[in-house]
Amino acid sequence: MAFLKRSPWILHYDASSCNGCDIEVLACLTPLYDVERFGIINTGNPKHADILLITGGINAQNREVVENIYEQIPEPKVVVAVGACAATGGVFRECYNIVGGIDKVIPVDVYVPGCAARPEQIIDGVVTALSILEEKRAKMTGAARIKEDARHAEQAGEST
Amino acid sequence: MTWTWLIGAVLFLVLAPVVGGLIAGVDRKITARMQGRVGPPLLQPFYDVGKLFEKESVVVTTAQNFYVLAYLIFIALSGALFFAGGDLLLIIFAFTLAHVFLVLGAYAVHSPYSHIGAERELIQLMAYEPMIILAAVGLYMITNSFYVADIAVTTIPAILYLPGVFLGFATILTIKLRKSPFDISTSHHAHQEIVKGITTEFSGSTLAQVEIAHWYENVFLLGFVYLFFAWNPVIGIIAVVVTYLAEIFIDNVTARVRWQAALKSGWFAAVIGIVNLAILAYILGYMMTGGA
Amino acid sequence: MQTLLFLILFPILVACLLLFVKRTTLRYAVVALSALAIGGASIYLLMRYALEGAVYFAAPSETVSLAMVAIEMGLALFIIYMGAKFRNYPAIALAVIQAALVVYLEATFSGSLHAVNNLFIDQFSIIMALIIGIIGSLIAVYAVRYMETYHHHHPEVRNRQKMFFFVIFVFLAAMFGLVFSNNLMWVFFFWEITTITSFLLIGYSETEEATNNAFRALVMNLLGGVAFVVALIILAATEATSGGIDLARVLASSDAAIILLPAALIGFAGITKAALMPFSSWLLGAMVAPTPVSALLHSSTMVKAGVYILVRFSPVFAGTLAGFSIGLVGAVTFVVASAIAISQNNAKLVLAYSTIANLGLIAACAGVGTYMLVWAAILLIIFHAVAKALLFLGTGAIEHRIGSRDIEDMEGLIVRMPRMAVMMFIGIAGMFLAPFGMLISKWAAIEAFVQVQAPFGLIFIALLAYGSAITVFFWAKWMGKLVAVTRNQERVEKGFFEESWGPLYIITGLVIAAVLLFPVISSILIEPYVLAIYGVTALMAQANVAIMLLMMALLLILPVSFLLFRRSAKRLPAYMGGRPATPDLHFAGSLGLTREAQTRNYYLAEYFGEAKLFLPGAVVCTVLILASWVLAGVAL
Ligand code: SF4
Repeated sequence: MAFLKRSPWILHYDASSCNGCDIEVLACLTPLYDVERFGIINTGNPKHADILLITGGINAQNREVVENIYEQIPEPKVVVAVGACAATGGVFRECYNIVGGIDKVIPVDVYVPGCAARPEQIIDGVVTALSILEEKRAKMTGAARIKEDARHAEQAGEST
Repeated sequence: MTWTWLIGAVLFLVLAPVVGGLIAGVDRKITARMQGRVGPPLLQPFYDVGKLFEKESVVVTTAQNFYVLAYLIFIALSGALFFAGGDLLLIIFAFTLAHVFLVLGAYAVHSPYSHIGAERELIQLMAYEPMIILAAVGLYMITNSFYVADIAVTTIPAILYLPGVFLGFATILTIKLRKSPFDISTSHHAHQEIVKGITTEFSGSTLAQVEIAHWYENVFLLGFVYLFFAWNPVIGIIAVVVTYLAEIFIDNVTARVRWQAALKSGWFAAVIGIVNLAILAYILGYMMTGGA
Repeated sequence: MQTLLFLILFPILVACLLLFVKRTTLRYAVVALSALAIGGASIYLLMRYALEGAVYFAAPSETVSLAMVAIEMGLALFIIYMGAKFRNYPAIALAVIQAALVVYLEATFSGSLHAVNNLFIDQFSIIMALIIGIIGSLIAVYAVRYMETYHHHHPEVRNRQKMFFFVIFVFLAAMFGLVFSNNLMWVFFFWEITTITSFLLIGYSETEEATNNAFRALVMNLLGGVAFVVALIILAATEATSGGIDLARVLASSDAAIILLPAALIGFAGITKAALMPFSSWLLGAMVAPTPVSALLHSSTMVKAGVYILVRFSPVFAGTLAGFSIGLVGAVTFVVASAIAISQNNAKLVLAYSTIANLGLIAACAGVGTYMLVWAAILLIIFHAVAKALLFLGTGAIEHRIGSRDIEDMEGLIVRMPRMAVMMFIGIAGMFLAPFGMLISKWAAIEAFVQVQAPFGLIFIALLAYGSAITVFFWAKWMGKLVAVTRNQERVEKGFFEESWGPLYIITGLVIAAVLLFPVISSILIEPYVLAIYGVTALMAQANVAIMLLMMALLLILPVSFLLFRRSAKRLPAYMGGRPATPDLHFAGSLGLTREAQTRNYYLAEYFGEAKLFLPGAVVCTVLILASWVLAGVAL
């Protein structure tokens, strides 16, 4: 069963955004857009999250933070890069401390364009991420089953 | 006849997660409407829990799974005892035991955020415990029994004798339902100063167990509310609904308080309860001597 | 009767023998063997007399009584000597007053100082004897190795181990004597012996602090002793109606008014000995002594003598205002001492405050004295003795290995000393969690107080409700420290003496056994005792007992679930706000420094501090004690 699609919990991280995209992300929670309609919750905790939603580009300081948060999210997980900055570094890409887009550090599944990205686009991005999430889940359970079968086969081999 | 208690227990064990999940769904829907939103589907809590079981299992230490499982089992046990008509005091103690397990789970992971959450959970425990015991005592004074089975079939309108106790109980109910302003150890709301507090390090199926335990707990607590109105089942059910709606309302109009305020509120609620019981004892004593 | 005499005299014999044993191994052999004999004899006592109800023995009287008075005088001289040596005048004054009163009693009422039966045994005495004989002697066994390392760690302390073990065994003998005596003069004699022995044990290390604390204990207990003699004088003076110094006759006396005042005075003696407020400070001061002494004072001897006498006299207190006052002293102590325990981070002090609190609860039950409460009080005595002995011995062992008795330093004990941590866990659970012992008693107490006459019952319930909430807080946070799974720490469990594990295992087993066997203990020992006195008895509903056992079984089975979790799960370090962190909570801080995050418990000293709560608690309790005398006097 695919519950994952119906209950994506988001961890929103502000890498080095100008806050423009952040405001748009939060706008998604407001009554006008109300993402909770899709079961989306903005959780503040990577261990509870399914979707890592990042605004702004990577800089020298937060590089390891992004890696750490990504690491802490249990599988299956997807990363959504919101805004031009998150995709490429955007207007800040020439700055001395900017490393570039999010994908310089962790794999990104969905890029949401815009400066700032509009709430509709963000929601659309997240919904796109859901199908990727579902794919990953299917792959994960498949892998687990293969592993499990192998283990059983091994045990059966031992017992005979 | 002697087996009716078993039916209650089994029904609780089977149905409470369903009912509890639905209540949580309705809760989220109403909360959304109060905020002018559409809100998630009614079955959203089930999707969430289902999702959590699909996730990979990640732990800080394997011991955490043990404590959370114990928490779930003992919450279910105390609820089952309640619906089997058991002794209220014993139920309350089993309930405390369950929460201690949750707290130990949060301690075991040795993480700063869950540690603070655990401490706060203990403060909550300390805040509500006196009142919940007094509530049981109050019901005893009315019905002469600690057994839920006897209290539930009483013909005396307990609420009329115990308004103060009920008020106190409603206060600590806010603590127990993890609702604002007393959701100091963890809550369902986003972004908090202590991340997710006591549940920070629980994820996947472990978190799902915490959630299910919470459903069990809510059904049990609403059952407790019902006892105050048990003399008339219709009024009883209405009262339970109204109480829960009031809790949702309070949740939406208040902000989280500090632990000092939570502790003081809980203990002050117990004082109201005691005053109520003292007056009641006086009245009962008067009636007895009047009758004799 | 032989068994009774054996239990009183044999420890004295061993004590004298130990005066001449120098080598630790030999001492260990002697102590272990005699512990076996004493424990065995108390179990024999159980099998022999459990079903017989109260049995009385005439026992030799005249010469023994004379000898006792002589020894009492000798002890008084000893106190005066020690008091002069250390310039402690209150002790001298109290010793003189007490001696004078004893002489007055002997001289004036020699005719009425006669008990038909000097010794007796009933179920309550059997329970006490089991506690003393099993827990007490196990602590003695533990102490042998402990004292050896103690001196190793504290070279500055003069090695007086021979005297130490002499005193310990005399202490045990006195406790046996106390619970077997029907002659109140004898009870008083043994009572005084326990005062002196605890004085000697607390002052063992001979530091200034130890000496001061020993004298504080002495003075407070002598105060109780004086009250005890006054009670004896009153009883002797009114022998015809009150029954004189014959405990059985006093308790059966038809003239309730006349025995109430002496009972209140003896109750006061019990309050001092049980370290209820305002006398709690002596028990806290006693912490300076080596850990086995604390274990002994807290679990099986000394303070238990105090509550023993209170419970004995509780039929007299039942339903009287004086009794309610004494009960309230206990209840207030329960709440205040528990609250102060929140603010303590020294493990031994937490244990001490919790002991005081629990003794308060027992006193509350005894003072109100309905049949159900007496039942609950005796259960409390049993469960408290076992769990507390375990916790003290455990703390001692931990202190030896990690060099600290600070609860914060016990973090991650489950990793560092897993066996010890599990035992401590069980001990703590025994103190406050269902279905373990203390909770059963608390539960019974609540059920019983509900039925107590209107305003009083409610006051007790209110105090109990707050008190038990507080109890959960301070125990659970300690438990939390123990179970925290810390990383990168070595196991330090080895290196603690193999011999000392034995007593720990046995007592841990007893904590669990006490829960599983509690229906049996209740039905063959406590219920008959209560029935004999009140004509009715309390018992727990069968269904509830079954549920408790079910819970216990669940708790024993649940750890098996660990096997389920063994495989698969991926491990991640704790969430540290996104900073890269190691599992032992080191994280990359600013400026490229690695920092360590530490977790500390809440102690809420601002609200529950000793400075804040002790004085009000002591004042309230003092007023209540005075009230109990006035009320008893008025009843006269
Ligand atoms: S994309 Fe534009 S709005 Fe968004 S963070 Fe970058 S600069 Fe700001």
